Amino acid sequence: MAYSDKVVDHFNNPRNMGSFKKDEDGVGTGMVGAPECGDVMKLQIKVQDDMIVDAKFKTFGCGSAIASSSLATEWLKGKTIEEAQKIKNTDIVQELNLPPVKIHCSVLAEDAIKAALADYQKKADKPEAAR
Amino acid sequence: MKLPIFLDNHSTTPMDPRVLDAMLPYFVEKFGNAASRNHAFGWAAEEAVELARKQIAKLINADSKEIVFTSGATESDNLALKGVLEMYKEKGTHFITSSTEHRAVLDTAKSLEAKGLATVTYLPVDKYGMVNPDDVRNAITDKTVLISVMMANNEIGTINPIREIGKIAKEKGVLFHCDATQGVGKIPVDVQAMGIDLMSFTSHKMYGPKGVGALYVRKKSPRVRLVAQMDGGGHERGMRSGTLPVPLIVGFGKACELCEQEMATETARLTAMRNRLEAAIMGGLEESYLNGHPTNRLPGNLNISFAYVEGESLLMGMKDIALSSGSACTSATLEPSYVLRALGVGVELAHSSIRFGLGRFNTEEEVDYTIKKVMEIVTKLREMSPLYEMAKEGVDLKSVQWAAH
Repeated sequence: MAYSDKVVDHFNNPRNMGSFKKDEDGVGTGMVGAPECGDVMKLQIKVQDDMIVDAKFKTFGCGSAIASSSLATEWLKGKTIEEAQKIKNTDIVQELNLPPVKIHCSVLAEDAIKAALADYQKKADKPEAAR
Repeated sequence: MKLPIFLDNHSTTPMDPRVLDAMLPYFVEKFGNAASRNHAFGWAAEEAVELARKQIAKLINADSKEIVFTSGATESDNLALKGVLEMYKEKGTHFITSSTEHRAVLDTAKSLEAKGLATVTYLPVDKYGMVNPDDVRNAITDKTVLISVMMANNEIGTINPIREIGKIAKEKGVLFHCDATQGVGKIPVDVQAMGIDLMSFTSHKMYGPKGVGALYVRKKSPRVRLVAQMDGGGHERGMRSGTLPVPLIVGFGKACELCEQEMATETARLTAMRNRLEAAIMGGLEESYLNGHPTNRLPGNLNISFAYVEGESLLMGMKDIALSSGSACTSATLEPSYVLRALGVGVELAHSSIRFGLGRFNTEEEVDYTIKKVMEIVTKLREMSPLYEMAKEGVDLKSVQWAAH
């Protein structure tokens, strides 16, 4: 199977790879997938005044999974929480030109975005509990 | 050094130019049908086929009349299993095989089971992928007609105790088929000493052309019979009809001759190269695990799992080196390697496995390049892996509640 140029580019030059401290102010962390399934994504957002100012990822998985999460961090930066909620896996499929067998990678990336947003919301609602 | 490098010699091998030279006259000039008995064209073809038959038989210590040409090892496996179980159905339908066989054996067994033509016992393997001969002995009943155990595994290279299994089969009067696709040409094979009654092997795994293989069928003590699976002109002692592909057979014969002549030096060269690759990678990268038997395996084989990184991404990061992975993402079934699972390798490590297959045309320089690339990509992908990060933080990954999808 040949990879699209965009998948190869994200794989070779991952954007925003790394981690924030989970307990840092304004950070939401989403971790989805399972090692047994062959892919685990950790996606983190840093929010200031309802705006995602930074995002980072770490991914265990195939090239398409790495590319999907790398792309997700790129898209998240500069979006409001509300805008970020609207990112769909199909947008990722289209942008990266993923073949049918790799669609689950994009689903996982959408799940990771949702999980990171939910984690941020939870911490924002109960700031003390997050410490 | 030319890129990309081919390090996937278990999947297929490049053809040796000496094999091609032997084949060339049999396409245009000597194009006859080996079954044409009444003219010079036929005679020339037949003579070439008979020479090849001798070259092939010599490599495995068989008689040339015991070689039945097929299209490859998959057909040989099908013919052996289906042909024998059909022929001996009055005696019984019990068939014994192992859980790490190639799909050509496992899927044939399943198909026979589904049609009610066989009851199958799938033997487990130990943590190195070896079948225990005692398990074979204990599985035999008075209804057992056939045992099929592979000589060497295509993923992990582990070599089975074929001689011991052959001895048990003989003692119990059960026929023994061996899928020796990965063994013939690479390690010494002797159907007499090993007590093998039927054996599948193929040309393209030993620097010969694709599209031709053989089934060895024992002619005496015992004389093995089987029901042909293809009807037609009754070629190959009635066991496999179809006009013989003379150029391919000539190439197969030449390939066997070369393997026989060069086996000793080639085994030493490949083993040394493989050991160097293994020592450098496993010594240089923490949490890399060898799959298969540490010593009792094919000379060119090396199968390693790299914890915390996924196999397909490893292959993608080394795209100028042709390798194979047990990762689900690289398989048609989307399941990680059933062979590694049968050894008791965890699913996550099965996803992280890479198979290196060294062959005749690989060089020391290519091994050096591979070592460098493997170290780089594993290190890079671990930096990118949340699992590696968690493990470094002291999190027990097995205790984590994963949000499986």
